[in-house]
Amino acid sequence: MKTLPQPAVGSSRRPVYFWFVVPGLLATLAVIVFPWAFTVWMSLHEWKLGGTAVWVGLRNYAELAVNQRFLESIWHTFYFTILAVILPLVLGTFAAVVFHRTFPLRGLLRTIFIMPMMATPVAIALVWTMMFHPQLGVLNYLLSLVGIGPSEWVFARHTVIPSLALVEVWLWTPFVMIIVLGGLAAVPSEPYESAQLDGATRWQMFWKITFPLVLPFIVVAGIIRTIDALKAFEVIYVISSGGPGTASETLNLYLYAQAFAYYNVGTASAVVVVFFAIVVALSLVLLWARERAKWY
Amino acid sequence: MKNIVASRRTLLRGAALGVLAAPMLNTKTLFAQSGAFNWKRFQGQSLEISLIRSPRGDLLKRHQAEFEALTGIKVGVEDIPEQQQRQKVVIELNSGRPSFDVVHLSYHVQKRQFAKAKWLAEVGGMLNDAQLTPAEYDRADLTQRGLDYATDDGKINSLPWSVDYWLLYWNKELFQAKGVAYPRTIDEIVTAAARLHDPANGIAGITARGLRNANVPVWTQLMLGWGQEATAGAPPRLMTDTDDAIAAARVYQTLLRNSGPQGVAGFNWNESQSLFAQGRAAMWIDGVGFAPPVEDPQRSRVVGKVGYGIFPAGPKAHHSGMFGDGIGIASASRKKEAAFLYCLWTTNKQMSNRLLQGGSGVPFRRSSLQDQATLSALTVPKEWADCVRGSGEIARAALPVIVPVTEFRDVFGTALTNTIGGADPAAEMRRATAEFRPVLERSEQG
Repeated sequence: MKTLPQPAVGSSRRPVYFWFVVPGLLATLAVIVFPWAFTVWMSLHEWKLGGTAVWVGLRNYAELAVNQRFLESIWHTFYFTILAVILPLVLGTFAAVVFHRTFPLRGLLRTIFIMPMMATPVAIALVWTMMFHPQLGVLNYLLSLVGIGPSEWVFARHTVIPSLALVEVWLWTPFVMIIVLGGLAAVPSEPYESAQLDGATRWQMFWKITFPLVLPFIVVAGIIRTIDALKAFEVIYVISSGGPGTASETLNLYLYAQAFAYYNVGTASAVVVVFFAIVVALSLVLLWARERAKWY
Repeated sequence: MKNIVASRRTLLRGAALGVLAAPMLNTKTLFAQSGAFNWKRFQGQSLEISLIRSPRGDLLKRHQAEFEALTGIKVGVEDIPEQQQRQKVVIELNSGRPSFDVVHLSYHVQKRQFAKAKWLAEVGGMLNDAQLTPAEYDRADLTQRGLDYATDDGKINSLPWSVDYWLLYWNKELFQAKGVAYPRTIDEIVTAAARLHDPANGIAGITARGLRNANVPVWTQLMLGWGQEATAGAPPRLMTDTDDAIAAARVYQTLLRNSGPQGVAGFNWNESQSLFAQGRAAMWIDGVGFAPPVEDPQRSRVVGKVGYGIFPAGPKAHHSGMFGDGIGIASASRKKEAAFLYCLWTTNKQMSNRLLQGGSGVPFRRSSLQDQATLSALTVPKEWADCVRGSGEIARAALPVIVPVTEFRDVFGTALTNTIGGADPAAEMRRATAEFRPVLERSEQG
């Protein structure tokens, strides 16, 4: 019987293997390491398009640390993200539990429910912009039918972020529902039979059996939604452009303004680096949460 | 050896032909010899044009075949929305190798930026040369304000194309119902707006832009009533926290906070247009380009009821805010003369008249507003044309000629939006001025 050649003990074969790594290494350097290194390098310069880059060290970061507009944009990002993650998770889980049960026309209603997810966000944002119009929009008309006074929706500072989150909720609740439905399909029926024999209520069965079993799926949905909400741009840009004033300006919109409206490449690069640090920190928290939610 | 002789003969023949043809390669000589303007000089070439998607850009595309037939030049057009086009051209021009030869630019945003970076080719020489510009182009017909807009450091770097004056749209029916006369001064606008404001019946006394950035021209238009612009001198000094600037901000606040529609802090021109076209606002401050939609029976309930008023006088001066577009040639283009023909065609009398006829733009030409054939073919009321003519006589630039125009609009736009929410105009203007001053100073140094 022939045996496969064994690599020699020591390092005599290593240089041969090394060359197989080179293409991957070059690709990684070109598309990940170089852009990052270049971004960090640019963040250490004052550089406006049309002008020359001037080395300023950490000045861009120092200015961001005391820039009220930038600091507010971080708060707006978190506020928007919390609403745009928590609400779809709650409503999506509820919808999944409802659609998991068997009832007439369930398939049709499920299809209708997931339709918002299929729409283009920019087109949806334009439709919602018209719906939000305080005088001519359909939302205030609907409120008037049930005796509620008009709201200013995205046209007032205190309601703009919840209103924008409402659009995200409408868009992405079906996504959470689909993931949780997948989890529910894998849940065994025996625990429910035992619980029924023991006289458990529906709420007790949900809270003590269903919820712990689908929690890992909810956490996965939460991680994906958090990443999506953090990078949300088109809905906010189209509907409010970060306004009124800067009331709904998130980090993404602030970054966009610095890079493509003011052409401050250096400052924009510093914002990218800070944003990256925030995303990494948040990802670590979410990964920790995912580990905690695992079945053992 | 025989081959070498043949090659030498070919070379000599070619050289001789080259010597004979050399004058033909000189544009001036060609035009001088022909005795008439030769539009086909660059036949067979192709040009790439970057346009802002707008009624002006649409007009060029609609008549593009006419230019191609006239010159034999093939044209490729990329038209994209205003904000995206501005970003794209800056990035491409900065790269040194733009994908276009001709660019549509907004003077009120890009004039100083383009001039500082030397992104545009000088066209003044070609424009003033009778052999390069046909006599019928009539350079003297271009308005001085247009040429001033196109001129940087004494050089004409583009051709002025379209001007946008700010005016006061008013709903005659609502004015008549309340017995209110058209306001002749800024103070009277405030009084009239208060009288016409009727929120119980869903009527706003006045509407205008409240959205950050978009709202700044409303304030600068008001400030012109005090005879003041946002900056003065060279290098530019900010005049945005003077008593007059604050007074203008206070009028802005009074109008929109007390007599504006609910949610006006988030209104751009389109929300105001919808409201006015539905007969839900008595007055509307904005640019000249909105006559077509408000006179369109498919989209408007106020057709035939709209008045177009020259913007009323302020306490110290009477001006109409002016914004403008031009068309220029990228300095990196290798087809500058062919590109110049396109610029000439864009801004010639016929195309200018067409621009005016549609009511969506006003050319930087004197003759268009006097041309009876054009005026009789207007698709919007004659009152609009009268208003445009009157506004042109008192026009003054409404935005400062500085590099960071967008940042200026964002910073002061936020302050103005805050005033709608109840913030003190004086405090907001001083805060915004302090915030923007270092940005301006840095831009002048760079």
